Amino acid sequence: MFDIKSFYEAKDVKDAVRALVNDPDAEIISGGTDVLIRVREGKDAGKSLVSIHNIAELKGVKLLPDGDIFIGAGTAFSHITNDALIKEKINMLGEAVDTVGGPQIRNTGTIGGNICNGATSADSASTMWALNAELVLEGPDGERIVPINEFYTGPGKTVRDRCEVCKGFIIRKENFEGWYGRYIKYGKRNAMEIATLGCAVRVKLSEDKKNIEEARLAYGVAGPTPLRCHKAEAAVKGRAVNDPELYDVFAREALTEVNPRSSWRASKEFRLQLIEELCKRGLKDAIELAGGEVDA
Amino acid sequence: MLKIVHMTVNGREVELAVDERESLLDTLRNRLGLTSVKKGCEVGECGACTVLVNGEAIDSCIYLTLWAEGKSVMTVEGLKGPNGELSPIQKAFIEEAAVQCGFCTPGLIMSAVEIVGTGKKYNREELKKLISGHLCRCTGYENILNAMERIVEETYKVCGDDK
Repeated sequence: MFDIKSFYEAKDVKDAVRALVNDPDAEIISGGTDVLIRVREGKDAGKSLVSIHNIAELKGVKLLPDGDIFIGAGTAFSHITNDALIKEKINMLGEAVDTVGGPQIRNTGTIGGNICNGATSADSASTMWALNAELVLEGPDGERIVPINEFYTGPGKTVRDRCEVCKGFIIRKENFEGWYGRYIKYGKRNAMEIATLGCAVRVKLSEDKKNIEEARLAYGVAGPTPLRCHKAEAAVKGRAVNDPELYDVFAREALTEVNPRSSWRASKEFRLQLIEELCKRGLKDAIELAGGEVDA
Repeated sequence: MLKIVHMTVNGREVELAVDERESLLDTLRNRLGLTSVKKGCEVGECGACTVLVNGEAIDSCIYLTLWAEGKSVMTVEGLKGPNGELSPIQKAFIEEAAVQCGFCTPGLIMSAVEIVGTGKKYNREELKKLISGHLCRCTGYENILNAMERIVEETYKVCGDDK
């Protein structure tokens, strides 16, 4: 038996918001793969839970009329990975969420929970940053859209109000059409692991595949929140894909934009080494996926 | 507080009064007597409590019973043939000596049901990833992977996705 004060299964998003407003102690539970473990550990024991687990409008991936993609917050990781639209348009995200926990966790845990719990180690977060994802939040005063770069405020902290339900994520087509990328997770084990470091690199090449038109770099666990490295991105913009200095410039700039700490998983020094190395590997993979020829 | 839940368990419709704080694991074991579902870590790490909900493997220790409302739940007991025979998946585990103490076995069998059900062919590396949500402290996994390979192969021959 879980140590829960009360439990309410919401019928839809409006019902969930109403229940959260009515009970100041209540928190949202979605897939439950984080919340129930914290309850079991005693950290979140005695709380009231408003469940959005079975709300149909929060599930699935769809193409919006203007060509953007909407990912429902309640979509389980495995459903994202296996979604035909994701495979075709944003395969990198499907691969990234396929590194979360193990198969059973991926059948239950949701992308909304992964982002909204505010963890820097969330496997979807760095890719969502590199995709300029926008969150759709619904609260008592209606709906608002928050770009992911304004969402995180600190470790485990976000701008989401307790009474707001995340409905899903909008990925604009200019952020995936023509883009290719790779998420690299470093963990001590290959499965059932929380990232020691996560690195997401995306590139868009020129038409002749010789130059980097634009690049994006985002990390998890390289600071108190997931973060983007705009200086590193700018440093490789317009460079030739076989520029011998490309990888060193990218990594050098990235190192000036991160702020990792030592934890029981890894030291700050090791994380800095991972930050330097993984962005190079990610960039190389991304260029190759985009059809560019890499010499090295 | 007790609440009523309706679900299909191993093909049989059930209506139960359960505590809203109850995990599906506790409901299956304590209210329905389905003791193939094992209680291991209780934090979604070991996979001993794996059951299928609407055909997908989940850790029933971190799944609230009320979430199963209207859904179909399957445990190892549901694999039994009309005359009590073992399923081909269970037979493969026996043939390959993939069972030692047996505690992880029901969970692995249920994951195997999901894996085999895709009708896809998987190599050993892919199978390692697909069973990575299960801990076995006896076998070293080799015989489990042998059993998985055997049953995936056998199934593919009969009803592969290109057939």
